Formats: sequence, structure tokens, C-alpha cells
Amino acid sequence: MEFEKHAYDVVVVGAGGAGLRAAIAAHEAGARTAVVCKSLLGKAHTVMAEGGIAAAMGNAYPEDDWRVHFRDTMRGGKMLNHWRMAQLHAQEAPDRVRELEDWGALFDRTPDGLISQRDFGGHRYARLAHVGDRTGLELIRTLQQRTVALGVDVYMECTVTRLLTDADGITGAFGYWRESGRFVAWEAPSVVLATGGIGKAYKVTSNSWEYTGDGHSLALAAGAGLVNMEFVQFHPTGMVWPPSVRGILVTESVRGDGGVLKNSSGNRFMFDYIPDFFRKETAETEDEADRWYDDKKNNRRPPELLPRDEVARAINSEVKAGRGSPHGGVFLDIASRRPAEYVRRRLPSMYHQFKELADVDITAEAMEVGPTCHYVMGGVEVDPDTAAASVPGLFAAGEVAGGMHGSNRLGGNSLSDLLVFGRRAGAAAAEHASKRTGVVALREEMLAEAARAALAPFEREGGENPYAVQSELQQTMHDLVGIIRTAPEMERALERIAVLRERVAALSVEGHRQYNPGWHLALDLPHLLAVSECIARAALAREESRGGHTRDDFPATDPDWGRTNLVCTRGPDGTVTLTRQPLPQMPPELAEVFEEQP
Amino acid sequence: MTEPGEPSIGGTDEGRGGGAGGGGGSGYDAAFRVWRGDASGGELQTFTVRVNEGEVVLDVIHRLQATQAGDLAVRWNCKAGKCGSCSAEVNGRPRLMCLTRMSTFAEDETVTVTPLRTFPVIRDLVTDVSYNYEKAAQVPAFTPRPRDPDGNHRMQQVDVERPQEFRKCIECWLCQDTCHVIRDHEDNKRAFAGPRFLIRLAELDMHPLDVVDRRDAAQDEFGLGYCNITKCCSEVCPEGIHLTDNGIIPLKERVVDRRFDPLTWLGSRIRRRPRD
Amino acid sequence: MTTASRGTGATSPGHGGGGPTPGRAAIAARTLRTDRWWLQPLLTVLALVAFVVYSSFRAFQNAYYFSEPYISPFYSPCLTTACEGDTFPKLFTGPDWISPAIYILVFPLGIRLTCYYYRKAYYRSFWLSPPACAVAEPHRRYTGETRFPLIGQNVHRYFLYAALVINAILFYDAVLAFRDETGEWGHMGLGTAILLVNAVLLFLYSLSCHSCRHIVGGRLNSFSRHPVRYRFWTVVSRLNARHMQYAWASLASVALADLYVFLLATGTISDLRFF
Repeated sequence: MEFEKHAYDVVVVGAGGAGLRAAIAAHEAGARTAVVCKSLLGKAHTVMAEGGIAAAMGNAYPEDDWRVHFRDTMRGGKMLNHWRMAQLHAQEAPDRVRELEDWGALFDRTPDGLISQRDFGGHRYARLAHVGDRTGLELIRTLQQRTVALGVDVYMECTVTRLLTDADGITGAFGYWRESGRFVAWEAPSVVLATGGIGKAYKVTSNSWEYTGDGHSLALAAGAGLVNMEFVQFHPTGMVWPPSVRGILVTESVRGDGGVLKNSSGNRFMFDYIPDFFRKETAETEDEADRWYDDKKNNRRPPELLPRDEVARAINSEVKAGRGSPHGGVFLDIASRRPAEYVRRRLPSMYHQFKELADVDITAEAMEVGPTCHYVMGGVEVDPDTAAASVPGLFAAGEVAGGMHGSNRLGGNSLSDLLVFGRRAGAAAAEHASKRTGVVALREEMLAEAARAALAPFEREGGENPYAVQSELQQTMHDLVGIIRTAPEMERALERIAVLRERVAALSVEGHRQYNPGWHLALDLPHLLAVSECIARAALAREESRGGHTRDDFPATDPDWGRTNLVCTRGPDGTVTLTRQPLPQMPPELAEVFEEQP
Repeated sequence: MTEPGEPSIGGTDEGRGGGAGGGGGSGYDAAFRVWRGDASGGELQTFTVRVNEGEVVLDVIHRLQATQAGDLAVRWNCKAGKCGSCSAEVNGRPRLMCLTRMSTFAEDETVTVTPLRTFPVIRDLVTDVSYNYEKAAQVPAFTPRPRDPDGNHRMQQVDVERPQEFRKCIECWLCQDTCHVIRDHEDNKRAFAGPRFLIRLAELDMHPLDVVDRRDAAQDEFGLGYCNITKCCSEVCPEGIHLTDNGIIPLKERVVDRRFDPLTWLGSRIRRRPRD
Repeated sequence: MTTASRGTGATSPGHGGGGPTPGRAAIAARTLRTDRWWLQPLLTVLALVAFVVYSSFRAFQNAYYFSEPYISPFYSPCLTTACEGDTFPKLFTGPDWISPAIYILVFPLGIRLTCYYYRKAYYRSFWLSPPACAVAEPHRRYTGETRFPLIGQNVHRYFLYAALVINAILFYDAVLAFRDETGEWGHMGLGTAILLVNAVLLFLYSLSCHSCRHIVGGRLNSFSRHPVRYRFWTVVSRLNARHMQYAWASLASVALADLYVFLLATGTISDLRFF
């Protein structure tokens, strides 16, 4: 078979924040660089990020520094983070934010003319650099314009279905153009995965269709390990009504700017859910919580701003106890607490979103919100300094990489993660490419096999429609591997996933290869199944509750599990194996940070 | 979304669809006409499809995909009005399908969905929007002044607010689609960059840190003069950006300073200082 | 094998293997809009034609434009020795057959013709370019304002300067209208109020203009270093949001003011006197 082929030093898969930052870094390091992305350039899921970029710049609070940010990140992740990633992240985030300004980003300002920083859940100080509530858009547009200005090649609407390897590691990637359905192969000694997350494995999610876990699955298939996949973050506040917008995110800034959560009897129920771990730094009375917005030094934070896992579980419990809102959520009220003009100025996109999508005026009435699958903390196991996976030439940055956020990610740490590790991955990928000796060649039989696999759904006839399989998988994960988990349910989920895998192998697709969404979905389903299996297996094995993983049958945190990572790898026969690995321990001088008073 | 002190859209003739009619109850069967085909030809196909309370046009298109037309091509991503992917024309008007609520149509109204007319069609509702990416690549890049000695850039909020309005752009290309300069005249695509990139130039020209003068380029290379400010771009913008009043007209006035106003030109010569 | 060199910047939208650019979707209808998109251009045409017909008739009529103490705004400033009344210094003697309105016609005509709002209105409604959004225009070629004569729209700001002078004169006329028929101060009639309102609306129209917004502060890139001009810009921006409304209101008030003077001068009505 004849294919369109290209040769590069570095191929970046994904054009969100991490992918574009990696491409810029690789290009600046002198590598011939290409970006391959499933959507048009600038449409990546990063645009959905609203709150801001967490960076201890100290513009709002001079006493903030990287150590505080590091400690907040580790505590938010319930100490399961890779300490070195959390350290690099906290140290480098301020510089990554400043360089965005050199590329044209326009953040909101302090009265001194510096970058303004806002409060967010789990952060000791106001430290999120932001632009209203559309920070993700600003970030993606800035990086996109920088990428274009540098002249990096971008393959838009092009999907990678396979990573190509030889005995020495990565040799390239194989994929298809969505527009024509024709195949394309890239020969490259370095591939950076920046494909985002797995939200489409769940029924209610804030993620777009692109979040099919394809990067996780490609890495697994290429021989890399996935670490701590059981930790899936359910954002506490997604829209719940009308059904067509269920899951769409309601930014945490609503709470940061004064919004509170209430149940059907009007109680601020979060005061009943303050865990001991955070009791010292959380307000005990509504009066203290309300004072905090104006005087952060002498008051403690409102419990609405506890880390996301705590708030999501609390909402889940309220709804289960019958104290939910009419459509199965709780009320998020800013209308009765802040003037309409303030809400429109501080939260323009939220105002717009509810007005346009739900016909609700958030300056006049409370929103209905509930948990929505938002982020996967688990991902490709990487070396902290280089973002390199265990397969030589394979790198991963952003949501697809694991370790950085431990068992739970703090809001705002995602955008800074993209920038810090995107840059590190791109630079390391360029370096790897320059050092790799010998010819990197694409083997024809590998390409032919990849093409055959991609076309298989057309060959079969009378099989099932892929949409039906996808919705069953989403329902399974939602019901059985959701916010609250038990062993029998997860065992059932694994059985169902096995059945779904057989059905995927038999489904068929109508039409032809040109821009055919049914075919695209058929090719995404194996990825979704692979990550769903990893999540369920790891969740079943981890017999404790921690961060984004809550076991009804093991409600307590277990110190032994607190020192253990779970790594999924794929055997030669395609089965997933799970291994326990010790969590790397931080050096004593860093551990001291945790002994100080919060 | 109107911020204080900013002009609103000038025309009153093209108000957004109101909230009247339809909705209510548990759902109904709607008549949909969807353009299906590719560059070699196509036609409007009629479907009867279920519509539930609170849905938008994109939900209905997805239902068609899942139940009646598995290979119906449609481009979409976030379904929350933030990414600008699901642009199409609904009853002849450029819209984001995810922001077009079904409750704006009467239950007995036939809803017609067609691809963007200004761009070559790929298949069904998906068009080839590469024109826009080619124009984007031609914009002279942002070039900042040096940082302050402490490594920061200092800008005041009042100075960043004007260009920030244009950075709200989600690049849905609806303004490019509705602009008659290229919609009705394919041959103008070479000389005219479209409203999106005129406001991008305005953004850069108003950027407090940028040091490049793009006024000549705006006129000569990006076709600012082709715009006859008929404001359709402002009317379709889902982000409510006042493209014409706050972007294109100020840019035209800045070009006048440089090219058509002898007094301003003379003033800038005599005083020997940049435009501030 | 094709090899992309470093930095070609090919942002490929997904033409697998290249090939010719395909055409647009084949849709025969000029527009698929289902609303009454033709209504707005139609109303604009009717209103503008009505004004042009009336104002042309009055400008060429060369009579009934003055009724002590009021002068029609179409004839002010009245510059020739043939002018009735003494509202403005008589500067020269022109041929009898030329109405004094003709000498000054270019100024109000110029600012309105080059006005960013009226351009939109007449390009849409008269030139059908386009008649409404997403409705195909009938022209084969289109060059916009890139060449003569439409490139001349860029002189708008000079008409603004002239219009401000004219507005000041019309305001002066309104002040003079506080005198009675004998020249004594302390009079006010309905005509005084009409001239005053007309002068105010004309100022609002001129000051809300996009060129004005640019000149007072819009051309600056740093508002924070020019706080006073920023204040001006903020005020003009607020007015600018209502530029269209001021454009129509002042057009109507000019015609009404003229009509009132006409009716007085022809003796059809007499002035309603307040004091």
C-alpha cells in the first residue's frame, strides 16, 4: 500500500496547551517539528479551562512562593503526587506564565500593572493568573499564534491510530485524515503525546468528544505504563439541566467569587463535610466564611472551596439523601450574594453559558449543579525532568501524563502543568531526536497492518452501530466505576467491558471513508475500552479511599496505599496487568515544608 | 455581555432569535432539512426527528447521526459555545449549532441546516476552512517591547481591556462566512482577510506591548478597504464582539491617520514621536 | 516519500494528498432566511428617499426659509446678500437663481454620506451590497472602498470638523431665536425649542461619530498615560453606541425644523409663544 509519508525529528500528537507548548520548545531546540491534531487548530479542550493558571508569582500575596504552591499541590493530591513533578511545576510555573506575555497574552492586571491572581480551591493564596473566566482560550490562542508564527507544521483534523516502534523505541506514528479518510505516516525518532484525557468513557462529563483516552491507549500499546488510573476527578459543579448540556462545566470561580452551595432546604451543607485533614484552614461558621472574601489574612476559607474531590462527594451525598434540587443536583447561588453587575463582570462566560444554553439568568436565580467527570489524574508514567515514558522516544505531557497531581488535582494546576511539562517534553524530545543514532525507518508491514486494522469496520457487515456500544460503555462506567465505588460493582464493570470488547470487534460502519463520524467512533472505541479497563482494574485493586478514588467498602485512607503506585501495562497477548510500585519519596529538605503551619 | 462604555451593535434589523414559541412538554417530532453531499453535488434531505425539552440544534443533528444517518458529517467539539467548531447555517443564518436553542423555533417549523456557504464543502455540514488558517499565518507576529528590569511586563487594566475584547474570539469563522466581500465574491479571497483578521490586526495595533506598525499592511495586504462596514460580522458573532465599531472602524481611522489625513501625518512628523 | 522541511508552517486543514480545492455546497437559493430580511432595507430606502425629496425641494425652493426670529437649518449659515434675515454675516452676492442653501449643502451632505452608520445603511438598502446578512448581493464584482470614488470615504473626519462648525452656527441660530420679531431678548416660542433641540441632536450626532471617538482618544494605545483623553473617549464611546439613533433623530429634527419655519413663513400657522 502507498501512503502519504513525512519525516520529522519530533511529532507532537495533540494541539492543546501541552502539545503546542511542546512543539514550540522542540522547534526552538532546533528540531523539525510537526503537530498532529484531531480537530482544527485552536479548538482543543484547553479552551474549556476557565479559572486560570496557578503560579506562585506573588503578585497578589508577596508571601506566596513555590514552596507554598508545592505544599498545596501535594496536600491536594493527598501526598500521592510524584514529588519531583510537583516541585518542578511549582518552581517553573511563574516563568511559563510570564513568557506567555511575550507571545501576546493579555491577562487581567493588578493596580500595579502586574498580572492579577485569583483565589481558587485548595490554594493557600490567590495565585491564578487569569483573563476573566476564559483563561484557557487565552492560553490556547497565545500558543497557537506563537506556533504559527514560528512556522511549525500542523496537521489538522488528522487522527493518530498507532505509534510505530522498533527494538530501539519510537520510529513514528500512523494515522488518517478525517476529511478524506486517507492514511498518513510520520517517521520520527521522538513522539510527544499530548492528547488529554478520558472523559468520554463516562456518561456525564465536561470533556469534549476528543477525550477518548487515545493517548493513554497508544502509550499502553507501545509498551509504556499507565500510573494510578483509578484517580478520576469529578468536578463538583457541572450543569445538570437541561439534559442536553448535562456535564458542562460551571467554573470554580463562581465559588471563588462568592457563590455558595445550598441544598433543597437552603442550608450551606458544606459546613457538614469538612474533613479533619483540612479543618485547621477552613472556616467553621458562615460569618467567618463570608468575611474571608474581603479579609483573607484573618479568616479561613469557606468550605465551598475545599478541594474538588471533597466537594463532589458532599454534593453526591446530599443528592442521595434526598436533599437535592429538582433535577438531581444542588443549588449554586451567587445571585442572592453578589450584585448582578459584579456577576456579569467577573463571570461573563458563565453568565453567557447559562443564558444561551439553559435560559437561566445566574444574576437572578441559583444554578443547579452536580458532579461531572472532569479530569484523569492517572496517565502515562513519565520521568519528571524529561517527561519521557519508558519507551525510548516516547514523551507525554499534560493530562495524558500521570503522577503530577497525585490522587486529586487542584483547580488551576492543569494549565500550569501543560506549560511546565509541555516545554520539558518538547525540549527532551528534540534532544532525544538529535542523539538517536542510526536510521529510523518505517517498516512496511507495520504500516500495512495498521491500515488493515483501521479499515476493518468497513469490511464487516450487519454488525452493531458504534454509537450504541459507546453509550453502553459510558453508562457502565457512570454506574459502576463512578464517584463512589465498591468491589462487586467494579467486578461487574470488568465483565461488561469484556463483553463490549467482543462487540467492538464485531461492529460495522456504513458509508465511506470521507469524514465519516461513525467510522471515527469505531476507531476510538478500543481506546475507550482500554482506559476503562485500566481505571476499573486499578480502582478494584486500591482498597482505600483517597482523592479522586472513593471506595464505599474501604472508606478510610490507608498509609500503606499512600506509598504505593499502581501501574497498568499491556502484555504481549493484549491483557492488562497491574503492578504495585513504591511511590518515590521526597528528600528531607522538601519534606520540611509540610511541618510548617498552614 | 456588553461592557460599560462600549458601543453595542448598531443595527436593529437582525436581532437574535427570541425565546418565543416551541419548548414545553416532553418533546415533539420536528421536520429537519439537512444539506447532504460533497463538492460534486448534494441536496437538502428531509428528516423527521425527535426533539426534547431544552435541546439545541446540535443535539438534534447528533440524534440524526445516532439513529438515521450514521455517516452524517458534522464538525463539533465542546458543545458549550466555547470552541467555535459547530458553525453552520440554520434557516439561512450563520449560527453555532450548539447555541441555537430549539425553543426559538415553532414546533411546526421546518428547520433547515446547511454548511457554511463561503467555504468549499468537504461533506455534509463540514466545510474546508483553510482560507482562514492561511490568512492567520500571514499576520505579522506580535512583537513586544522589552520587559521591565525586574522581568515583568507592566500594563494597566484600562489599556488591556480594548484588545482583550478581540481575544474573546473563538474563531468560529461565522463572521468570515457572513461577510459578503468573500461570501458573494470568491475572487476577493486573495486580497481580503475577512473580519476575523481585521480585528486581529486591530488587537495587535492596540496591544500595549506591541511595537510593530501594521497599518500599511492592514490596508495593502489584508484588504481593509474592501470592508464597507455593513456590520453583518458584528451581528453573527456568538461572543458579542463589536467587530465593526470597536475593531474595524478604529483600524480604518488609524489607517486614515497614516494614509489619508495630511494634518495628522504632518503632526506626527513635526512632533517626531510615535502614535501615542 | 515527501519530507517536510523545518518551518514550512503548513497548517494543513486535511487535504489528504492535496488535490484541487473543491467547490462550495451546491445550494441554489439566494438565501435560506425565512424571516422578513427585506423589511429593514425597504424602510431605510423609504425614509432616506422621503428626506432627499423633501430636502431637495426645500433647498432649491429659495423661499420661505426665514420667519423672524427663526431660520431654517437648511439655509444656515446664510451667506449671500440675497439672504433674508440677519443671522449670519452676508459674505458675497451670488447669482439670483442659486439658492443660498446650495453653498452650504456639501457640509451636512458630506458628513452624512461619509458617516460610518449611513454607509452601512445605504450600502445595504440602495446598493444591496448586501441587502441583508447572508443574502446574496446582485453584483458581479465588488471592490468596496479600495478605489475612487469610495476611497474618498476616508475624509470623513474633515466633514466632522466642518459639521462641528455648522452645528455651532445652528446653535447660535437657536440662541438668536430667544429674541422676538423686533430683536428684543427674552422671547421663546415653539420654534426656539425646535431649533434648540435640533442643534443639540446635531451635536450628539456629530460627537458620537466614530471619527470623533478616534480623535478624542481612540488613537491612543495607552489610556492610562492620558487620563483626560481617556475620559473623553469613554464619554464619546457611550454616545457612539447610540450613533444610529442620533443619526435618524437628527435627520428628522432638521427636516421638522425646516418644516416649522416653512409653515410659519407661508403663514400657514403662527408661532406658539411661551413668553
